[in-house]
Amino acid sequence: MSMIKLTASALAIAAVSATAATARDQVQVAGSSTVLPYASIVAEAFGENFDFPTPVVESGGSSAGLKRFCEGVGENTIDVANASRAIREKEIKACAEAGVTDIIEVRIGYDGIVFASQLNGPAYNAFEPADIYNALAPKVLKDGELVDNPYTTWNEFNADLPAEEILAFIPGTKHGTREVFEEKVLAAGCEATGAHKAMIEAGMSEDDAEDACIAVRTDGRSVDIDGDYTETLASIDSNANGIGIFGLAFYENNTDKLKVATMSGVTPTTESIAKGEYPVSRPLFFYVKKAHIGVIPGLKEYAEFFVSDDMAGPDGPLAEYGLVSDPELSDTQSAVSDEQTMGSNM
Amino acid sequence: MTDATTTPGAAAPKSSLLQLDDRVRRRNAAERRFKAYGIAAVSIGLVFLALLLFAIIRNGVPAYTQTFLTVPIELQADKLDKNGNRDLEEIQKVSTFGYKPLIIDGMEAALAGQGIASPFEKAKDLEKMVSASAPAQIRDFVLANPDRIGETVEFRLLASSRVDGYLKGRVAREDLARDKNLDAEHLDVADAMRDAGILERTFNWAFIFGADASESRPEQAGIGVSMIGSFFMMLVVLGLALPIGVAASIYLEEFAPKNRWTDLIEVNISNLAAVPSIVFGILGLAVFIQFAHLPQSAPLVGGLVLTLMTLPTIIISTRASLKAVPPSIRDAALGVGASKMQSVFHHVLPLAMPGILTGTIIGLAQALGETAPLLLIGMVGYIASNYPDGIASGFLDPNSAMPAQIYEWAKRADPAYYERAWGGIIILLLFLMTMNIIAIILRRRFERRW
Repeated sequence: MSMIKLTASALAIAAVSATAATARDQVQVAGSSTVLPYASIVAEAFGENFDFPTPVVESGGSSAGLKRFCEGVGENTIDVANASRAIREKEIKACAEAGVTDIIEVRIGYDGIVFASQLNGPAYNAFEPADIYNALAPKVLKDGELVDNPYTTWNEFNADLPAEEILAFIPGTKHGTREVFEEKVLAAGCEATGAHKAMIEAGMSEDDAEDACIAVRTDGRSVDIDGDYTETLASIDSNANGIGIFGLAFYENNTDKLKVATMSGVTPTTESIAKGEYPVSRPLFFYVKKAHIGVIPGLKEYAEFFVSDDMAGPDGPLAEYGLVSDPELSDTQSAVSDEQTMGSNM
Repeated sequence: MTDATTTPGAAAPKSSLLQLDDRVRRRNAAERRFKAYGIAAVSIGLVFLALLLFAIIRNGVPAYTQTFLTVPIELQADKLDKNGNRDLEEIQKVSTFGYKPLIIDGMEAALAGQGIASPFEKAKDLEKMVSASAPAQIRDFVLANPDRIGETVEFRLLASSRVDGYLKGRVAREDLARDKNLDAEHLDVADAMRDAGILERTFNWAFIFGADASESRPEQAGIGVSMIGSFFMMLVVLGLALPIGVAASIYLEEFAPKNRWTDLIEVNISNLAAVPSIVFGILGLAVFIQFAHLPQSAPLVGGLVLTLMTLPTIIISTRASLKAVPPSIRDAALGVGASKMQSVFHHVLPLAMPGILTGTIIGLAQALGETAPLLLIGMVGYIASNYPDGIASGFLDPNSAMPAQIYEWAKRADPAYYERAWGGIIILLLFLMTMNIIAIILRRRFERRW
């Protein structure tokens, strides 16, 4: 019967798969969706210029990428994890438990985090971290007392801001961007408004106060976006008063729809971020398993090519796309070529 | 009724077939209203379908054309082959970055040749009009034809996505005011080049057959590789779901005893058909990737997951078409001495085949358009830039699938990718339509009614 033949061939395919799954000749990369465009630009150029096959690049978020990275050593684990934040102690420990001990940390450059609103909507041009904190925190300091956030419009706490309803679309907790937003904006705003001090005085421990500082209100004025920036863009499109958080590169590709807000008086551009004037920026990283160098063909070449002047330099295609190039790129280059692992430079 | 006959002549009879009384009129009106509701419902559906198709075609058709620049490029020997010995190894050392100056020179020469004045102080600005894929295109040409170094060769290069968007009406002059990727002056040059005939928008086969590209060059991206991914997934689904599904339903329908166990199985199959597809994705991640260690993002795993999803559909439709074969056929076969198995395989199954195939094709079409289970096995968020180089690599190498590719494009920052997402939807719809039409034809042609 032909049916039996079909079944037999299907089984044969499954059997072949089990044996053929071992050999791998291309580099596999996963992780942050912020780093994904850069990694894919590098992977493409790498495939064009080298005899190695084009590396396989996937997204999924920094945490998810590092989790897969730490699953172990071997050909069915990924070689490189992209991250829009530094690896955490906890993750290093998890890695070590799975046998991933020698990790090379590579900083590729900086990314600006910008606040942007609808092109035809109200202009937000006087943001300070304190304003964002006042707008989004669950508890704020008002008249010297910590109260549940009473604000509904921006001008209630800063007369320079428009009289618009507060509505912010912030990245969800699985994004690396969220962490930078919490640290550089919310925590900074918490300090600046004096809420942090008031919390300590009210008898909170330092840790509790820090956690309370980076919480956001839950009455619907702060909306977590777990998807990508396109989702934030769609939300901004349908809410004229909404303000969204984007990566600089995303904003620069959508200047026909978005208007950027200044932070502490500085307009975010690659220049102002490189000079350190714009406060909300973060380094971008990728992590390489040293144990895979020499096993997976092209892995070291890929890492070196990524941080080469041609790619990550100030005139390279990554900077053109929106990466703020690292002034200390040459140090990174030598660290990569020496295969310096995280333990050795600590 | 009796009144009418007992009091004649008083008035015309109250009820007549020719004259409608109130109740009949009300009933007729109710029927007319119901028909009107039905027509309204159908036309609302049709209006939405028309709107959807209109939106898809209007947004997606531009993806099928692409802007090309015809540029004469001098393959300068002093830059590409410094020692002049045409050694391929040495030529290979010049990376794509070494080819950029050639393109800038070529663009200048093209403008000068047509008498177009360049509005830029730095010739480097002209580079923004050309796709980032151009250096690789020229490098590949040089590596394939090292003997042509030193000559001037005419290349057809992709224009950058913003220039392409201008020709398609997506990018307006005022949009560029704050855009660092292109300036309004570039558009003046583009207009002049179009008048001179060296910049033209033509049909773009690379969109249908090409590979995906990185975010910096949407003009190069195509859906071809993910189409291959979908094809291999469908092979797996067809190869597994059809034999397993048909065998299971023949056993359940023809051989299995009717008892509590088979009832339980029947209920479970119906339930399985209603399980959300994402659940199969989680199952696939746990069983095929984490337990069986099959490769991530491979069409084989995608196919296995979709097989689980398609099985109930195939089983249910197969059982329905087996049931539709009248018992007299079985009785006749058994009557002339056929065994149970012979009666099923020689008589019942061939008669049920059109129904089985229809169910299979509809199940496949459903699997083809499915994205949710692929999310979890890593086929979404993946850059499908490598063609598989053989049957085994087609099943095992990471790949994307058409719906996943569309989702991926819709997520990307450059608006040019949005247009490509709509273009991809057109291809996916064409595939689905073809499959459904084949199913309808099979049913019309071969199905027998008793």
